[in-house]
Amino acid sequence: MIEETIALTKREVKKWIKNPFLLFMMLIQPVIWLGLFGKAFNLTGFISVPPEFQGQFDKMIRDTFSGTTDYFTYMAAGMLSVIVLFTAMFTGMSVVWDRRFGFLNKLLVAPIPRGSIVLAKVSSSVIRGMFQVLLVFGIAFAFGLQVGHAFGILDFFGVLAALFLLSLGLSSMFLAITIRIKSHETVIAVANLLNLPLMFASNALFPIKQMPEWLQTIAKFNPISYAADAVRTFILHSSAGFDAAKVAVDFQFLIGFALIFSLAGILIARTGLRKG
Amino acid sequence: MHVIETDNLTKRFGTLVAVDHVSFSVEEGEIFGFLGPNGAGKTTTINMLTTILNPTEGSAKVGGFDVEKQDANVREIIGLVPQDLTVDEDLTGMENMMLQAKLYHVPTKVAKERIRDVLSLVRLNDAANRRVETYSGGMRKLLELAEGLIHHPKVLFLDEPTLGLDVQTRVVIWEYIKKLRDEHRITMFLTTHYMEEADVLCDRIAIIDLGKIVALDTPQNLKDSLGGDIIELEFNRKMNDQTKTLNSLPQVKDVKKIGDTYRIKVPKGEEALPEIMENMLKMNLRIGKVSLVKPTLDQVYLEYTGRSLRETQGETGEIWRRMRTLRRMQG
Repeated sequence: MIEETIALTKREVKKWIKNPFLLFMMLIQPVIWLGLFGKAFNLTGFISVPPEFQGQFDKMIRDTFSGTTDYFTYMAAGMLSVIVLFTAMFTGMSVVWDRRFGFLNKLLVAPIPRGSIVLAKVSSSVIRGMFQVLLVFGIAFAFGLQVGHAFGILDFFGVLAALFLLSLGLSSMFLAITIRIKSHETVIAVANLLNLPLMFASNALFPIKQMPEWLQTIAKFNPISYAADAVRTFILHSSAGFDAAKVAVDFQFLIGFALIFSLAGILIARTGLRKG
Repeated sequence: MHVIETDNLTKRFGTLVAVDHVSFSVEEGEIFGFLGPNGAGKTTTINMLTTILNPTEGSAKVGGFDVEKQDANVREIIGLVPQDLTVDEDLTGMENMMLQAKLYHVPTKVAKERIRDVLSLVRLNDAANRRVETYSGGMRKLLELAEGLIHHPKVLFLDEPTLGLDVQTRVVIWEYIKKLRDEHRITMFLTTHYMEEADVLCDRIAIIDLGKIVALDTPQNLKDSLGGDIIELEFNRKMNDQTKTLNSLPQVKDVKKIGDTYRIKVPKGEEALPEIMENMLKMNLRIGKVSLVKPTLDQVYLEYTGRSLRETQGETGEIWRRMRTLRRMQG
């Protein structure tokens, strides 16, 4: 099981690593998001206040924006979760290709556990997601991401751990949803349908506090909110303190999400592989 | 022992009966062919025998294992060369082979040796480290064949092995398939809609039409079942109907007049032709044109299905698939 999964994952990874255009797109996409969105929507800089109120104003902003006055930093931290969503959305896409070109049939005829086919798809998607995360993190840093004073290597691994769990859960979920789909157009339609609500009904780009009540309720069940929150807490780790209790809650939710969705997703996808 | 054995094997997709109560058996070391037009149920049969699809009704055994209940055992002993080109374009030939070896649990050391052997057999050694993207259609098919052999299967399934290939490559692949059978005693089940292919390669052929086997025998017996050769002749000038005269000649079994041409059915054309000519001369009937038509599988097909194989059209899905494969071959 493990050997086959590794062999198949290798294939998937080789396929995109060898594709310079794809690598270029992976690089350019976050640049556009961070550059245009992060810098243009400078929510925290919209209003200028007289200097005597600056302190009070900054406190208000900090309360709303998880403890930073810099919208770019707020958004870039959330963007890491969004980029994980973007990569996970298309986990099912390669299954469509494999089905179309008959590669899937070849795998189904081979004496390998069906689960390893599914597992390889999920793990290659997670690897790709994590690769993107590193890329976005580097780009955000170059664009002026302000990490907290006490940000250290452990916080960095915390960021990776949270995003790994998110990626695992989302990739499995999208694979399960799209496993029976036979055309690319449908996969793209499904991805786009889920993309916007998942992205915006979360605290990834905007603070939840500013949302109407019903949207806040949805955002509270959105795993992206938890990942974004954990990532932000790690990145903004300052001498002022670190809300360990909140991060613990975030991780509880993320672990639960990853566990349930990957197990269910892999089981659903496995049965979905068969033609009929 | 029968290597492949089916008993009323049936597959329905909704109301469409793709494979309809098919029963046959294949002996060890035999090359067994399914001949029929697109949409006849050939690929569906292969899919059931290779455990990709479960039968709706009936059963099938490969190597003594039930394809439904012991599918894991079946997968261990079979190889499949699919109709579509499934080798991964983004990987090199070598990487494709290594992946295949991993999937069939061939240890890396053994795999390397075998890959070298198999690739030289299909003459792809020089191209092994190039990306498959740069391969021609024929090379891809050969790589596909090589992949099917990496784990030394007992039974090899070939779905339209030469679809869309040029004549030279087709002959190379035929030679290769025969060599495999002769040297490794691999049992082979192949589907085709090429008459020549079935004729050249197969020990026995099942003609399949609309999901049913309409005839099953050796190519020679199938051709013999037509009752012999056909002599087509025309006289050098217009004259009255000579059907009766021709019919009275020795060796002649049947005469049909189509336009000015007489189609004369005889058991052995080479022997009957000179005799007929002699008789004609004696009767002072001069012949303008004459030709001897040997029975072909095309005529066999016509006889059993009432349609010419070249005229038949498959359902649109199959045609689309076929066109796509052809397009990729040319790309």
